[in-house]
Amino acid sequence: MKIPYRHSKLLWSYLFVAPTMLMFAVFIGLPLVTSVLLAFQQNVLGEAVWVGLDNFRRLFADYVFSIALKNTALYTLAVVTQNVLIALVAATLIQSLSRRWQSFFRSAFYLPIVTSTVIISMVFRWMFHPQHGLFNLILMSLGREPIFWLADPDLALWSIILSEVLTAPGTSIVLFCAALDRVPKTLYEAADIDGASGFRKWWSITLPLLKPSLLYVLVMNTIGTFQVFSRVHVMTGGGPGYATTTLVQLIYNTAFRDFNFGFASAQALFLFVIIATISLLQFKFLSTDVEY
Amino acid sequence: MTERVVRTAAYILLFLWACFTLFPLYWLLTTALSPREAVLAMPPSLVPGEITMVNFRRLFRQAPILTWIRNSAVTSVAITAWHVLFDTAAGYAFAKRQFPGRNFLFWLLIASMMIPEQVTLVPVFMMLDRFGLIDKLQAVILPGMAATFGVFLMRQYIQTLPSELEEAARIDGCSELGIFTRIILPLCKPALGVLAIFTFVANWNQFMWPLIVLNSRHRFTLQVGLQTLQSEFLTDYGLLMAGASISALPTIVLFLFFQRYFISGLTLGGIKG
Repeated sequence: MKIPYRHSKLLWSYLFVAPTMLMFAVFIGLPLVTSVLLAFQQNVLGEAVWVGLDNFRRLFADYVFSIALKNTALYTLAVVTQNVLIALVAATLIQSLSRRWQSFFRSAFYLPIVTSTVIISMVFRWMFHPQHGLFNLILMSLGREPIFWLADPDLALWSIILSEVLTAPGTSIVLFCAALDRVPKTLYEAADIDGASGFRKWWSITLPLLKPSLLYVLVMNTIGTFQVFSRVHVMTGGGPGYATTTLVQLIYNTAFRDFNFGFASAQALFLFVIIATISLLQFKFLSTDVEY
Repeated sequence: MTERVVRTAAYILLFLWACFTLFPLYWLLTTALSPREAVLAMPPSLVPGEITMVNFRRLFRQAPILTWIRNSAVTSVAITAWHVLFDTAAGYAFAKRQFPGRNFLFWLLIASMMIPEQVTLVPVFMMLDRFGLIDKLQAVILPGMAATFGVFLMRQYIQTLPSELEEAARIDGCSELGIFTRIILPLCKPALGVLAIFTFVANWNQFMWPLIVLNSRHRFTLQVGLQTLQSEFLTDYGLLMAGASISALPTIVLFLFFQRYFISGLTLGGIKG
């Protein structure tokens, strides 16, 4: 029997999306459902008992969880704020240069991004080394006391934040540059005729028109930074004590060191809720209908 | 006059900041190429005095680095090949074809991009464990094929292609599969480059998931292997940095050759306006 043309066309449409939808169902859709079920179980290495809301009750009473939450919030706030500000300033400066230099600087700032976080973190661990690391050698040559960058519980988290600050926010810079390119030049010409100063032009023309990109960069940065893991895992492993334990590091430890799958799922769902809430708030307060 | 001052200040600031941000990469290479005495010398010298390959030789002797490179290459290439082929097929269907359920399925994929990876870690681990795939490269490859970013990227791109070619081919009697392989795929070349490069780099650099599912030394990918060397060769930073530079090299070379793809990929995947 020959399949009618209309049906074969429809069949091909489904065949085109089938591989993608299959992988999605097996590795994202189904696990998502399982994860919600797991959160209500006491599940150690696959031995499951239903425990209702126990995991969540334990979560809110857990001392380590509250430390991890605080560390992650502080880390995200510091890193995202400085990333967005630096990217904004850098993109504005880059925009004033000639085409050739624009692409040179964009590339220079993007290069550390294509290098894996593991590598960047290993280099910083080396530079933070108490006896032989570059940072302490510079301090000592200036006659200062060496600092225990990653071993001092009061400092360790800030040292990791410092390593983020010293790595340029390449992705955000490139996105801002692209957005600045799209601002119509006639707006600036009009402002010139009105005798507006350089800063005034930036503040009243550039910044408002950049708002959609700003929102996008802010949300993406927040979501990404909230899930920080590699940097912490490579530099300190979450220590000393719990000084640099972040939420994802904690989920990792709960699931794959203690094999407490149920509790880890509750932690992960909580992380999801926090991230979704922050993104929604950012959208609500910053979304705009500026068109140009 | 003031314009020139501002511009010069911009150059100087950007140049200094670029030096700062590129310094870790420079220091990585300097340490890797310096003999041990120089690495631990006091005071350290910022330019390498004597260049040597001794760290690399020691690294190759003491760690199965070639196996790790192979594992990283196999997983990244397999995942990239899958995405290039099937993200384009799905992106084409979502962009140009009409079928019941299209919008719902696409919405599912987009919504899933909001879910942090950590939520599915445990269930996926348990599932792979049940099929005996833990500590096999398939445990990295299979979940890597489920990323939905590429479908979104390809749909955005294919939407900008004119539909006339497709219609003309159909009138000429071209099969539905033929329209995809002979019309759509060739037109997608620029976007495919972007997709391939992004997918490869992301998976080459991937760390957390391989760390979870690979346990034996000879199964590690490069990123996981290097991280374990840290606890093995505590302060032997020459050796560690030699390993790190081997891992950084492919992505840096890719970037230097295909910069334009990286930049356009970011803006294509981003939002309009």
